[in-house]
Amino acid sequence: MNLKPETYQRIDEVITHYPVKRSATLPLLHLIQEDVGHISEEAITWIAQKLELQPINVLEVVTFYPMFRRAPIGRRHIKVCRTLSCALSGGYKTCDTFEKEFCTHRGEISPDGEVTVEFVECLASCGTAPVVMIDEILHEKVDVTKAKQLSAQIKAEAAARK
Amino acid sequence: MPAPEQRRIIFQHIDEPGYTNDIDCYLRNGGYEVLKKAVGRKPEELIDEVKKSGLRGRGGAGFPCGVKWGLVDRKSGKPIYLIVNADESEPGTFKDRYIMHQDPHQLIEGTIISCFANNVKQAYIYIRGEMPEGARILEKAIAEARAKNFVGPNILGTGYSCEIYVHRGAGAYICGEETGLIESLEGKRANPRIKPPYFPAVLGLYQCPTIVNNVETLCHVKYIAEHGGEAYAKIGTPNNTGTRIFCVSGHVQRPGYYEFPAGTITMGQLLNDVCGGPLPGRTFKAVIPGGSSAKILRFGERFKGKRKVGTEMVDYDWGVEDVPMDFDSLGMIGTMGGSGGVIVMDDTVNMVEALANINAFYSHESCGQCTPCREGSLWMKKISSRMVHGDARPQDGALLKSVADQIPGRTICAFGEACSWPTQSFIAKFTDEFNNYHEAKKQPKPAAANVLV
Repeated sequence: MNLKPETYQRIDEVITHYPVKRSATLPLLHLIQEDVGHISEEAITWIAQKLELQPINVLEVVTFYPMFRRAPIGRRHIKVCRTLSCALSGGYKTCDTFEKEFCTHRGEISPDGEVTVEFVECLASCGTAPVVMIDEILHEKVDVTKAKQLSAQIKAEAAARK
Repeated sequence: MPAPEQRRIIFQHIDEPGYTNDIDCYLRNGGYEVLKKAVGRKPEELIDEVKKSGLRGRGGAGFPCGVKWGLVDRKSGKPIYLIVNADESEPGTFKDRYIMHQDPHQLIEGTIISCFANNVKQAYIYIRGEMPEGARILEKAIAEARAKNFVGPNILGTGYSCEIYVHRGAGAYICGEETGLIESLEGKRANPRIKPPYFPAVLGLYQCPTIVNNVETLCHVKYIAEHGGEAYAKIGTPNNTGTRIFCVSGHVQRPGYYEFPAGTITMGQLLNDVCGGPLPGRTFKAVIPGGSSAKILRFGERFKGKRKVGTEMVDYDWGVEDVPMDFDSLGMIGTMGGSGGVIVMDDTVNMVEALANINAFYSHESCGQCTPCREGSLWMKKISSRMVHGDARPQDGALLKSVADQIPGRTICAFGEACSWPTQSFIAKFTDEFNNYHEAKKQPKPAAANVLV
């Protein structure tokens, strides 16, 4: 695996947290996904070897948990909460707004490769609905206006990078 | 009657200006003083205090914490584990988020006290994958506590050692179920285990005795260790002791979290006085009182029966607004207090569409292990979604009910109940709306209505 040195370090550290190595499956998947962006076939085999498991033991975990992905996504990940409290407060409009702003559809990478917009289930911040997570940051009360502002910010950051 | 005053014992410092989540701030506010005293006591005494307190678990089931601790197999010779269930994922519930983000040391202190009381040497905090920031905050807080010798080897020179690690989930609701959580912590799919024999107190993590407690519950333990079980039991009402944190979301003026002595506030006081009532020009239509799986209540319905007050049986005749917000009263009227997540819907909401939203959630989250739940939740989603997006038929309500009725009691874990209760209760209370949806959907929607599915 071609990982950053600190990822290898954190992997070795986290395995020591458990009396049984297999318990480190989820932490390793998180660390590798944070580093590489998704979970490749190679990563599954590598984790299995590292934890003395069969690759199927890792694959069945990857396919069970919604946060692990097998393919790359856009540079930024926009996760809009779809569940009841957010929907009652306009979550569907919020999601539509992000889709329009980036000319994309839910679950797809936008044509410029900048974002993947997705609906996710409850983000546990129902009191400040509708909520959106962009990468690892939670944004609260994201109505259409705020969704447009956040989109403009992402576009500005993308332009600055070019 | 106006609403009683909030009494914040767990949320005392939440949103307090200038209060930060680092250990220095916590220590300035008397942090870890309770732990210092607790480790000088006998562990059995602490367990007794929790038993005396009558504390009921705050994760959803309301199971007495002292009883849970009492079930732990202490004779097996195996290590005992404690897992903090920080997988808050019942839609409508968001209290633990604030404890972990703003006052993480309160949780760590409560955890170490609970570990000491139960002779636990290793604890894990299983936090939702969707809270990466929370996980980082907790890891930093644990490191700070370790540096001050509140966590780790030989805590405060007592010879007692206990380690805490943070373990992140990855987006699966079922990990909130304690045996599913244990499977997940073992590095597997979170398929709940069959009980018996896999009661965590006897055969839990790595087949060792294991205690699984909710975040808020452990904070209550800290309070109980400080003030004593008897003093704690005086807060609230008998059998519903301590405070309760309500998470209110949906169609009210002031959604948010509010902490009250258990059983002292009614639904009407909470929604009207505390949360400011319905949005301008609207009226309340329905409310889910304890997380999205709790059975729905329809404004306008009446609940009649007899209940125990002290030693006497008295008649009650309540509207939704009159129901006291405690485990027992909500149970009596056929729903539950659950995790404290109150979801409010006003007259712009079509109940078929709201149910279709909930059904999509449960279908997505079923672990797939038991056929009635996997297939039932999927078909309930397909039918309710077809009603909204395709053809609706007058007999669809009965069809949905027939699917829902075949799930509960036939699954390994309580998800079977959780996914069928919404359908059963929505259809029982809004029968006409389901029967007439094929006509109603041809009419224009209220201007303020939101798309729900």
